[in-house]
Amino acid sequence: MKRLFAQLYLWLLLALLYAPIIIIGIFSFTESKVLGNWTGFSTELYTSLFSGGAHHSLLDAIKNTLTIALIAATASTLLGSVAAIGIHNLHGRKRRIITFLNDIPMLNPDIITGISLFLLFVSLGVSQGYTTVVLAHIAFCTPYVVLSVMPRLQQMNPNIYEAALDLGATPFQALRKIIIPEIRPGMISGFILAFTLSIDDFAVTLFTKGNEGLETLSTYIYADARKGGLTPELRPLSTIIFAVVLLLLIIINVRAKRSAKRNQVM
Amino acid sequence: MKKILDIFGKRSNWAIPYALFMAVFVALPLLLILFYAFTGNEGEFSFANFTKFVTQPEAVNTFIYSIGIALITTILCILLGYPAAYILSNRNLNRSEVTVVLFILPMWINILIRTLATVALFDFMRWPLGVGALIFGMVYNFLPFMIYPIYNTMQKMDHSLIEAAEDLGATPFRVFWKVILPLSMPGVMSGVMMVFMPTISTFAIAELLTMNNVKLFGTTIQENINNGMWNYGAALSLIMLVIIGITSLFSDEEGGDSDSLI
Repeated sequence: MKRLFAQLYLWLLLALLYAPIIIIGIFSFTESKVLGNWTGFSTELYTSLFSGGAHHSLLDAIKNTLTIALIAATASTLLGSVAAIGIHNLHGRKRRIITFLNDIPMLNPDIITGISLFLLFVSLGVSQGYTTVVLAHIAFCTPYVVLSVMPRLQQMNPNIYEAALDLGATPFQALRKIIIPEIRPGMISGFILAFTLSIDDFAVTLFTKGNEGLETLSTYIYADARKGGLTPELRPLSTIIFAVVLLLLIIINVRAKRSAKRNQVM
Repeated sequence: MKKILDIFGKRSNWAIPYALFMAVFVALPLLLILFYAFTGNEGEFSFANFTKFVTQPEAVNTFIYSIGIALITTILCILLGYPAAYILSNRNLNRSEVTVVLFILPMWINILIRTLATVALFDFMRWPLGVGALIFGMVYNFLPFMIYPIYNTMQKMDHSLIEAAEDLGATPFRVFWKVILPLSMPGVMSGVMMVFMPTISTFAIAELLTMNNVKLFGTTIQENINNGMWNYGAALSLIMLVIIGITSLFSDEEGGDSDSLI
């Protein structure tokens, strides 16, 4: 009985959480400009989303979002991994200062990070656009990479690296053969985290994108919604994004479970 | 070239590029907020931006109103999220891991898309947009961020303590009040941080959910920055930072563990 109530509560809450996205999903299959008007089943919105045409700016925004996330995630994974190795070998005050600095972007609200970077770029007289957005994204993504790589380094046996050097490996070979394989899982989860953070970002992008017409998905939706009418193509787009995220999470969870089982057997 | 290789031969020096990067893109920008907040238009030192804030009833009202909205959102998230986290982590009440994933999933969807979905729901139900939609949208957006940390701490909780309390004759209510609640407090605290902080600093969501009828503090900051009032905007940002600093003092350091979410 208690269990039944508990399950009922969970599913009611889930229904509340998912009602909005389900409504969007349903109405992505009708052509009507206004949401809530069912004008018959059609996949017209899906085709027009990808055919470009009048909504080319939306496709551009998607493209920008993905390329910015890819560049920012790659750069912050490299910068963050190298930094983590450095921090791991630092001690005392230097280490405290750099970990303190590393915490700031994670604790700061987006709007403050955005405004502070905006002030930086205008003070330096840098014209804002694609490059400044990428730099800003690297700035708030890298701390997460550092945080996901650090535990891997701490778990590593330091003697292996020393042994490699004693056996005549150059520091570079030791890095490639010993350290990188050890920290790779941390680098991968750092990359994934950075990639999703970059895609999700809105506030920082808004303040650093300048006014040359650069839009990412978030800023596009914002500008579109402010104009009043939401582009109908946003419905199929949200539905697709939702489906992709759902699929990814399921895959990640199934894989995690499988590897947990494998570890149990061993 | 040889010299450069020598520098990087020492691995503690590998932190240097990142340290330089952070000096320019993290430390300097924050110092600039401080600088702009305490200077006038000509770059002279002044408190004018802060006196302007205190003497403007509209700005102060917006500020208090935003704190109120953030508090309501946070409290609603605790009230709705705590039981959910409790049920999810309790083996007797919930065995399916799918429900856990379903609760975490919305965290991975772009916040503007989620807001858009709330607007769609209100349009569909023919409910008017306004403060009601704002609070619904905020709770809808941030509830997973409350459930996840509480769920995490409850999972790590030492269950032998609960069993001991039961064996010693505590009623279920007392077990909850004396054992489970205190042990889950770090999770609640980091949940409060994860909900209160973004709600107090949010700006775009409020505009979209209330058709521009309700103004939050974040919107005031954004408007000032956009209109070129950088000094005043920086001062308001500093005030927001102070509020957030105070909130984070209340929450436990160990509560704020940022385990990877995947």
